[in-house]
This record gives sequence, C-alpha cells and structure tokens, in this order.
Amino acid sequence: MQLELSAEDAAFREEMRTFFTTEVSQQIRDTVLEGRHLTKDQIVESQQVLNAAGLAVPHWPVEWGGKDWTDLQRHLWHEEMQRAGVPIPLAFNASMIGPVIAQFGSQAQKERFLPATANLDIWWSQGFSEPDAGSDLASLRTSAVRDGDDWVVNGQKTWTTLGQHGDWIFTLVRTDPEVKKQAGISMLLIDMTTPGVEVRPIELIDGGHEVNEVWFSDVRVPGDLLVGEPGQGWTIAKFLLGNERVGVAPVGATKRALATLKTTAADQLDDPLVRARVAELENDLLALELTALRVVAHSAGGEPHPASSVLKLRGTELQQAVSELALDLAGPASLAARAGDDSPQEGWARRSAPTYLNLRKASIYGGSNEVQRQIISRTILGL
Amino acid sequence: MDFTYDDEQLALREAVRGLLATTYADHDSRRRTVAEDPGFDRALWGRLAEMGVLGLPFSEEHGGVGAGPVEIGIVCRELGRVLAPEPYLASVVHAGGLVAAVGTPAQKADLLGRLSAGELVLAAAGTAPGTGRASGAAGVRASVSGDAWTLDGVADPVVGGESADVLVVTAALPDDAGTGVFLVESGAAAVTGYAAADLTRAASVRFDASDATPLGEPGRDLRASVATIADLTRIMGANQALGVMESQVRATTDYLKSRKQFGVTLNTFQALTFRAADMYVSLELATSVVDWATMTIAGGDRHAVADAADRAGLQVSRAGRHIGQEAIQLHGGIGMTAEYAVGVGTAHLEVLDQWLGNGLHHLSRLSARVTDHDLVEALS
Ligand SMILES: Cc1cc2nc3c(=O)[nH]c(=O)nc-3n(C[C@H](O)[C@H](O)[C@H](O)COP(=O)(O)OP(=O)(O)OC[C@H]3O[C@@H](n4cnc5c(N)ncnc54)[C@H](O)[C@@H]3O)c2cc1C
Repeated sequence: MQLELSAEDAAFREEMRTFFTTEVSQQIRDTVLEGRHLTKDQIVESQQVLNAAGLAVPHWPVEWGGKDWTDLQRHLWHEEMQRAGVPIPLAFNASMIGPVIAQFGSQAQKERFLPATANLDIWWSQGFSEPDAGSDLASLRTSAVRDGDDWVVNGQKTWTTLGQHGDWIFTLVRTDPEVKKQAGISMLLIDMTTPGVEVRPIELIDGGHEVNEVWFSDVRVPGDLLVGEPGQGWTIAKFLLGNERVGVAPVGATKRALATLKTTAADQLDDPLVRARVAELENDLLALELTALRVVAHSAGGEPHPASSVLKLRGTELQQAVSELALDLAGPASLAARAGDDSPQEGWARRSAPTYLNLRKASIYGGSNEVQRQIISRTILGL
Repeated sequence: MDFTYDDEQLALREAVRGLLATTYADHDSRRRTVAEDPGFDRALWGRLAEMGVLGLPFSEEHGGVGAGPVEIGIVCRELGRVLAPEPYLASVVHAGGLVAAVGTPAQKADLLGRLSAGELVLAAAGTAPGTGRASGAAGVRASVSGDAWTLDGVADPVVGGESADVLVVTAALPDDAGTGVFLVESGAAAVTGYAAADLTRAASVRFDASDATPLGEPGRDLRASVATIADLTRIMGANQALGVMESQVRATTDYLKSRKQFGVTLNTFQALTFRAADMYVSLELATSVVDWATMTIAGGDRHAVADAADRAGLQVSRAGRHIGQEAIQLHGGIGMTAEYAVGVGTAHLEVLDQWLGNGLHHLSRLSARVTDHDLVEALS
C-alpha cells in the first residue's frame, strides 16, 4: 500500500497536463469548463489535435494508434483531459466501434475504418436501442435479410445520440429470427447517406436536439459491412457495453464542475448550509475517485474489477447531484433558461435548469443504474 | 500508487484473524465476554501481546515492533469484523499514541514496553477525540505547586477506563497556557465504569487533587500533538468500522440467500437485492477513503492527516448509518436481537462514531475549509 505515484507516472501526468492545457484551444476548453455546448467542428478539431499527437485512442491496439499504456496511465490521461476541459474523444468512435472493429473486424474493415475513426473523419452513431428494446436490448427487431451479397435492413432505432452529425451508424440487427433471441443478432455498419435511411430529431426536456430516431426502409448494405460473423452481434455488443461503462463515470469533469461552481457562486459560500453541501459532495467525489484508482490498480489482466459498476452508478449520481446544487444556487436566475444572450442573468445560472434536466439521462443510458444494481447484486454479491 | 497489501501484511491479517477466531468464533462468545468483568478477554489480550500486535505502533527501542499505519489498520479491521471488545483503539492507539508522541524517552521505554508486553493497560482521559473541544481539555484542569502536579475535574467517557492501570489525561494547564498531558495511576482517581450501547466498557473518571506526572516536558502546550493523535485514532477507528461493515454486508447477503418467506428465498425480491447492492456500494466507497487516509499517515504531514481524518470520518459515518440500518432492516426481527451480531454491529458503529467523531462533527470541520482549495486532490 502506498499513495505516491511512481516518478515515472508523475512525469507522465505532468506531460499530459502540459499537453492538454497548451495544445488544445483555450476557446474549446472554456466552452467545456463553463458547461456550454460544443459545436461539431469544435469536437472534431479537438479530437484531431489529440490524434495528431497520438492521444486520441491510446487504448486501441498499438498497430492502430494505441499506446500500450498501463491502466493507471490511461486513467491519468482521462482525468487530466477532463480537468483541463478537453473534450473526451467521441465515445462512439474511440470507446465503442473502434475497439470493436480492431477486435472483431476484417482486415479490410480495419484499414478502411480505423484511421478515419480515430481522426473523426467519420462520425459514428450508435444504433442499438429501439422503441421496444431498451434495457432488454436483445429483444431488438430491426431486421436484416440476405439478398445476394447484400443485406436489406428494415426497422427503427431510437435515442441515437448526435445522429444528426452521423456519417456512419453501427447497428445491431436481427439476421436470424428463428434462433434464441441473442443468437440471431448481428452487427452491421451502415453508411447514413444510403437511400432509405432517415434521421428524425427528438426534442429533449432541456430543449436540446441531442437524440434522434433513425428509420431504415429497405436499406441495402453490402455484405462486407457485417462485423465478425452473422449471429455474433450479441457477443460484440457485450464487449462494447463493457468498455462503455468504464467511460461513463466522469469523475474529473464532475470535480471540475464543482470547483467552477465554487467560483461562480462564491458569494453564496458564506452560507454554512451551502458550504456543507459542497463539502459533502467533495468528499463523495474523493471516495469515487479513490475507488476508480483502486479499480484501475486491480484491473490487471484485462478483466474489469467488479467494482466498476460502482463507478457508473455513483459517478452518474454525483454528476447529477452537482447539477442539482448548481440549480439551487442559481435559484430564480435559473428561470432565464431560454432567455437570449442579452439576458442580465449569468450564463451558468441560465444553463443550470437545462443542465440539471439533461443529466437525468446519465442514470438511464450506458446500462441504467438499476441494471448496475442488478450486476452488483448478481455477480458480486451472488444474490 | 498501490492499494493492495503485500505478502507480510496479508500474513499479519491471517494471523490476527486466526487468533481472534479462537476467542470470538461466534457472537455468543462475544456476548459472554462483555457480560463479565473486565468486559474483554485478558487471555486474548496476552496472546495479542505475544504476537506483537499490542506493540505494533511503537518503535523497537521502546519494546514495540515499529510497524506502519497500514499494519495497525489491518488489526483494527480484524477487531471490527468480530466486534471484539478489547480496548485496542483506546489503550494502544490512542493512549499509547499519546505516550509515544509526547513522552520523555524514559516514559516511553517504561510505559510502551509494558503496554506492548500486555502487562499494562492504558486509557486516554480528558477529552474524547471526536468532540468539538478535541484538543481543549475543557473538563480537567491541572495545578502545580513547586514541581508537584495535581488534576481536578471529570473526564467522561473514558473508553476502557475501568481496566486501565494508568490514565493518560489531557488537561488544561494553569494560566491558560494550553493543554498538557499527564499520567495518573488509576488508584489516584475515582473511576466509575459502565457499558456503552454496544456493551464495550467506558468510565466516568473524577479527579480530585489527584497526583499527576507530566508526560513529556512539564508545562508545555501539547495541543497540536493531542489533536494529531486524535486524528490518527479517528482513522484507525474508521478501519475498525470498516471491519464491522464488511461483516454486516456479508451477513446480510448470506441471510437473503437462506431466509425463506412466501415459499422462496428473500433474494428473489429485487427490492431487497438492490438495497444490498447499495450497501456494497457504500462499503466500497468507504474502503477507498479509509485506505487512502491510512496511507496518508505515512506521509507524516499533520495537516494532511487532520484532513484525512475528517474525510475518512465523514465517509465512514455516512456508510455506517446506511449499512448499519439496512443490515437490521433486511434481517427483519432477528436483526433487532441482542443474540444476533448484525444489530450489535450497528450499536458498535455508533459507539465508534460518537466517540471518535460523528458525521456532523467532520462535516462541520470540512465545511469550514471548503474555500481553502479549488479541488480535493486524491493523489499528491
Ligand atoms: C439521452 C439519451 C441518449 C441515448 N443515446 C443512445 C444512443 O446513442 N444509442 C443507443 O442505442 N441508445 C441510446 N440511449 C438509449 C439507452 O441506452 C436506453 O434508454 C437504456 O438502455 C434504457 O432503456 P429504456 O429507455 O427503454 O428504458 P427501459 O428499459 O424501458 O427501463 C425503464 C425503467 O425500468 C428500469 N428497468 C428496466 N429493466 C429492469 C430490470 N430488469 N430490473 C429493474 N429495473 C429495470 C430501468 O432502469 C428504467 O428505470 C440513450 C438514452 C438517452 C436517455
């Protein structure tokens, strides 16, 4: 047991900190730190800066741009990035489809997609959920039927985050309706400009356009865009969702958000009740961060530490709790949510209600927090 | 950075666990022990001495073992797992800690040697570590005439006070000169013992012109050292609480798997398994902070240790309320009984917490410092 980072890891952290705070544009970082929305161009620009330095996809295989870092180094990279306000590389590309193609894809798929995916030349969307397939994802119904060398896809995906920017979408489709539901699923990569693909916006409670429905009518997909084997989709999805869970506990970003709130709402910190709420949240975030470090230090051998479900569950709760505090501190000023930029209310206060509402999503996606409790009670506690 | 025990630490844990199992194999043996004087098992205390556990924190030149905080934390965690009533925290960690921190070389060699050998039991009196007046020693006053010191006042609760041979007393120095620490033979004070809610023993100690020997240099203000030892004790108490909570989470999951109602085992009901999952979450988070706080001690910076004590104290206090309450609730009526360990564990958690510093106390200290930093740094 020992607390200090090794000299090597401390130097690594310093290197990351320097890079993130000097190489990524201040304007982009301020946008993140102030909790404002990034444009598509900003997200692309930031990822390309990282990728040029080999820092966009360090967890990929080395031959495709990965870094062969230790889990701790990867953790430090991730934390320092959030701390500096650098947008995390687009999860659909960097954490989801990239590792899947690297693991399950054909050589041709790897060459065609991986470099463009790392550099965000292709923007991927995730087409898993359907109106009737949420937590019970395996009950999905979007079908793909063989026709010569092609697959013909029909059905509907929903909740497709930032699908309006999507160039390609990785989908789970039913290729065999006869077998057990998990066994009949395959993964297809679909060019979103193909005739028959239609993206329809969904407005969320914060007024934002963040998610979409994606409809497929007789969409023809060349056979070489199926990943792995037909029927292997569920195995691939489990691999992908396992990676997704690790990324959804934004400890560093939540810490940063709380620290920023202490500055923006500084005048309210005279109130002992406010101080107590901040102190309690800071302690909870410390507990979460230390648990993340314990998980990282124990995850040797690739198997995720069982406590990683704790990170998703608690990480999202705390992310939400900080947004609640911001809303409370904004008080009446938060009513100006949709006021114009000439509003006399400060930006953080105007954003506080939409942000609070928006972050309710965090305990629903990425395996809802009920699903995380199920994982803990079944696989850790054996209940 | 490393959050795992090395081989020697694992061996220590197994040895202590094995030894404790000989005395507290089940909750009945603990019940019998606390029902009789002195409220703990003297034979076990002797074997802990033989194993070197009582001398763990003290240097070899004073008859100890010179182990680090992680090792002491391991012992406390094991004591907590079986709700051991032995006054390890009070006698070794707190009172022994005070002697080691401020005693003269001769005092250390004498007292710590005998403490390590199990020949002498100490108790710390004057203030409870967790009160707001932690280092103020409001209840006991020292007077001096020539170089003869006496104490007056009441110290309560003095955990383990009834069985102590020597009391290590914090007291207000004359002329508002700060806080001194004194040694008082137990015969020189009026000691009235009682049991706390978890049936561990404490005492009310009245000093009435009681003869006292200054620990360390006479008349010196030792407030800072007293506070630091209270912080160390808080962190070790958090380790002990973790052991209790580990046992409670295990007992609760076992119970859900075996207890049948409506013709099925209770783990059939998701309303219950989800609550067990939340208990596990609280335990993991508390473990992380307690491990961190324990490692912080090794760094030796007393402000860092004070901060770590508040953080571990708050985390463990919150977790203790959550796990302690749910452990009883998910057991139903049996959890309410004195013959069952789960509910007694909840009582033990409260005693540790109220003695060493409850959530309110630590939150209020942390709140006062909220504007001193931008972020809380986990790794320096
Ligand atoms: C903002 C947002 C963005 C998203 N982005 C994407 C995306 O880009 N791509 C994509 O494919 N999907 C996306 N999703 C979908 C997300 O993965 C699903 O919402 C999620 O899987 C939950 O499914 P559901 O919404 O149908 O809820 P349901 O599964 O119907 O669940 C309803 C409630 O019941 C609970 N519940 C369900 N099953 C159980 C059970 N067995 N035990 C106990 N409780 C249970 C759930 O936790 C929830 O509280 C997004 C969702 C949101 C909100």
